[in-house]
Amino acid sequence: MGAGHGHRLHFHGHSVVHRAPAHLKVLVLLGFVLTVVATPREWYPVFGGYLVLLLGVVLLARVPLTYLLPRMVVEVPFLVFAALMPFVAEGPRVAVPLGGWEVSLSESGLLAAWGLVAKGTLGVLASLTLAATTEPADVLRGLQRLRMPDLVVQIMGFMIRYLDVVTGDLGRMVTAMRSRGVDPRSPRHWPALARTLGALFVRSYERGERVHLAMLSRGYDGKLPEGVK
Amino acid sequence: MHVPDGFLDAPTSVATGVVAAAGVGIALRKARAELDDRTAPMAGLVAAFVFAGQMINFPVGAGTSGHLLGGALAAVLVGPWTGALCISVVLLVQGLFMADGGLTALGTNITLMGLAGVFVGYGAFRLVLLVLPRRLGSVPLAAALGALVSVPAVAAVFSLLFAVGGTADIAFGKVLVTMVGWHTVIGIGEAVITGLVVSAVVASRPDLVYGARGLAGRRPLLAEEVAA
Repeated sequence: MGAGHGHRLHFHGHSVVHRAPAHLKVLVLLGFVLTVVATPREWYPVFGGYLVLLLGVVLLARVPLTYLLPRMVVEVPFLVFAALMPFVAEGPRVAVPLGGWEVSLSESGLLAAWGLVAKGTLGVLASLTLAATTEPADVLRGLQRLRMPDLVVQIMGFMIRYLDVVTGDLGRMVTAMRSRGVDPRSPRHWPALARTLGALFVRSYERGERVHLAMLSRGYDGKLPEGVK
Repeated sequence: MHVPDGFLDAPTSVATGVVAAAGVGIALRKARAELDDRTAPMAGLVAAFVFAGQMINFPVGAGTSGHLLGGALAAVLVGPWTGALCISVVLLVQGLFMADGGLTALGTNITLMGLAGVFVGYGAFRLVLLVLPRRLGSVPLAAALGALVSVPAVAAVFSLLFAVGGTADIAFGKVLVTMVGWHTVIGIGEAVITGLVVSAVVASRPDLVYGARGLAGRRPLLAEEVAA
């Protein structure tokens, strides 16, 4: 991966966690989240243990929590969903005083909401830790060692490599639209937005064709040489 | 829309993981038959395009916004197999590199959006195309209807999975009605944008649109004019 294509989530460092082999980290992460998901949600102290373990790894990696926490917003829609659970779930209900009101909430719904929040949060934090401590290129090499099909790894590699190029393309188009008084969010301007996306597709597709020809001219035979992922 | 960890229990997550792996395996073979050694760069760039397209938000009312899922769009533009492959790669990258969607839910997400979304969308697109006149102008309309059907269909499949392996005690009917109802609203936005995008590509490069193959018609060579 060339310079200037740094990943948004990666936090540069040289800790033990940063230096650990990527395939090992992916395996440990997968094992960890599977264990978390399989843990019965009534085992409250165990989740505390998971959190301490995870925070220990974050501490060891010397990634500041202030770096990870704002990036956990991807979870927000599901916190909303979890918050709705106690209101819509079946089963016996309990009255909970909430700001002067007595609100009738479902017991099983409260339990389900707790489970969602706990497991979801642990999962997001663990995934963020992997992303923060591992360069995308290393994750790809790790996946290859874990026997993920070579072609899938290559496609992922190309996607990551050109992600900033394509989103940059779109960003410039949207800036151009905005400077001409178009609001991309408004349904009134959807036709303009759609033409932009159509142009972006044609550009991306043609870029793919050019990249393929450039690869052929450098001797591509279906496999990428070592060290360019 | 990405399912996080802990939403479905472990057995269901593993089962959808197996379905997803099988589906991606077949999609890989079919896409390769279509694209040959262009597969890696082309699918990679289309995946990057889908990712960029998903960054566009649109309001769906009540102050919330949805974003393009792109399943039907990808299927119509590059074909269902390559489309499924691209969406799956987008989900893989989002799960592994951006913590978007849980790692244990990766199989669920790929099964839902990469397989169900793409194939339901493409199936509906083909069916609508059978009814409409065989003209290039029918392609965007069929794509829009495909997108309109695909989003609530994904929501329905999710409700089904939630009934099997959900971690909350909610009646199936309630989940189904809420999910499908809500996603029909999102589906309308998805349909309009999908139709307009396909129509923009059909207008400029009809040869690139997989769903328009055989409809584009050959343009006559203007050899005499050049010779004259």
